[in-house]
Amino acid sequence: MSVGSGSRNHKPNSLLRKNIMSRDVVILGAGMHPWGKWGKNFVEYGVHAARAALKDAGIKWQDIEFVAGGATMRNGYPGYVAGATFSQALGWQGNEIMTCYAACATGSQALAAARAKIQAGQCEVALVVGADTTPKGFLAPQKGERPDDPDWVRFRLGITNPTYFSLYAQRRKDVYGATDEDFAAIKVKNAEHGFSNEYARYRKKFTIEEVLASPMVASPLRLFEICATSDGGAAVVVASKEYADRLGSQRQIKIGGISTVSPKFASADVEMPDIATDSAAASDAYSFRASIAQKAYEEAGIGPEDVSLAEVYDLSSAMELDWYEYIGLCAQGEAEKLLRDGDTRIGGRVPVNASGGLACFGEAVPAQALAQVCELTMQLRGEAGDRQVKDANVGVTGNQGLFGHGSSVVLQR
Amino acid sequence: MSSSEISNGVNEALPVIEGWFTMDKADAHLIGSQCTRCQTYFFPGKVTFCRNPTCEGDTFDAVPLSREGTIWSYTDAQYKPPEPYVAADPFEPYAIAAVELAKERMIILGQLAKGITVDDVTTGMQVELQLQTLFSKDGQDYVSWVWQPKS
Repeated sequence: MSVGSGSRNHKPNSLLRKNIMSRDVVILGAGMHPWGKWGKNFVEYGVHAARAALKDAGIKWQDIEFVAGGATMRNGYPGYVAGATFSQALGWQGNEIMTCYAACATGSQALAAARAKIQAGQCEVALVVGADTTPKGFLAPQKGERPDDPDWVRFRLGITNPTYFSLYAQRRKDVYGATDEDFAAIKVKNAEHGFSNEYARYRKKFTIEEVLASPMVASPLRLFEICATSDGGAAVVVASKEYADRLGSQRQIKIGGISTVSPKFASADVEMPDIATDSAAASDAYSFRASIAQKAYEEAGIGPEDVSLAEVYDLSSAMELDWYEYIGLCAQGEAEKLLRDGDTRIGGRVPVNASGGLACFGEAVPAQALAQVCELTMQLRGEAGDRQVKDANVGVTGNQGLFGHGSSVVLQR
Repeated sequence: MSSSEISNGVNEALPVIEGWFTMDKADAHLIGSQCTRCQTYFFPGKVTFCRNPTCEGDTFDAVPLSREGTIWSYTDAQYKPPEPYVAADPFEPYAIAAVELAKERMIILGQLAKGITVDDVTTGMQVELQLQTLFSKDGQDYVSWVWQPKS
């Protein structure tokens, strides 16, 4: 079936007026707690990251007017009210709070909320925090007999997260000629990128042979090609450009666009946790993932050709190839060429996952989309050390998770 | 629907998920819903309001979905999934396919039939739906749909 990406431009609603708000919002500070399996309370990681971001921004905690917290689902009630939990841990000081959960896109949705608050003139400076402590092994659904929950159903049928990753990987092999060596080369590239990243959990270089010798998890993907779950925390301080200028900030990075769009019916993507796609019997079919970055580009008034570097969601090594196409770095079916030509390694035309990506971090769900934003902030400031991408002016993130969530953030120097 | 066809042992076999497929082994079908207004199919079939955003339908017919389709992609599971999957001990790896149904224009996942490995299938291959015991627990067999390559 033919699949479109479904730009919102098709929306036939003459009542819509866009771009009424033109107030620029900038990243003033970024901070992280190193990823790992530290086994501590998630609040520690979040507060560590928040304090680092505040220090980086050059402002005090008491200056913050609004806190947007990314929720975590595996740490009890404090995790469900993360905005309040982080505020209390930093010291109650009367700031407004909100908490959101959007699976892997949690951090970007919290960032979007803080940006909207600033754009609307309701505050000047806000703190966005996400942190998680994760259990070992497969992410599993809640206990009990719950046949109405698609997440429960798919595990009952033996369909795990790697199943979905591998269905896409195998399809790339069969349709576009991807090889097992291509998938391993992604891991090798990202491991090289992340080797010097002090925030990465896995800082070890690999050879293609080593990756291909790791145990098969879900054919054709192997253990070293599938992202782990990690503990970690990330935070950013965002402010109106006027605030940043008054502060005299020389290191501010503009938020050009944020996309947190939903899929469009009929969604043709085989998507966690669903057992079936939408039926396109009476509708056009759309690719959700290909639509995510489009809105961020449109807001920023740029296109993929303007991108200097990208941070994308390599839940598996093979999925990074899909992302090259979803964010428009190349046409569909050309991602393998981009990889093989060295375009996406540091030093290439458009480096992808200079941070090391999920391959080096593992996933700390509510922190991960913010970690992507932190990396781009460091890169666009020229502060990324050994992994610095030359002439980095525009960065884009691509991120996608369960239940129709996805996000893309465009940052501009 | 009758489950007598695949009775196996003392207890009559039960579907792993109630209402998702017929238990007629000779003519196995997934059971979907079809909106009476826009004709869109849904699987699983439990739907109260039509999810096609251009349709305000709220009545549905239960319909058998096509029992033949084309492999969109495939993989396997080499490690034991967490609960609520009920795994044999020792764990037996199994293969999985995502299968595109032409009439319904949708892709449905499911395990491949026992004994079929990723080496036995390719993208684009024709498969058909069968019923198979997914697991047994406390002497009770539970049945699921599986995809079987057409000979």
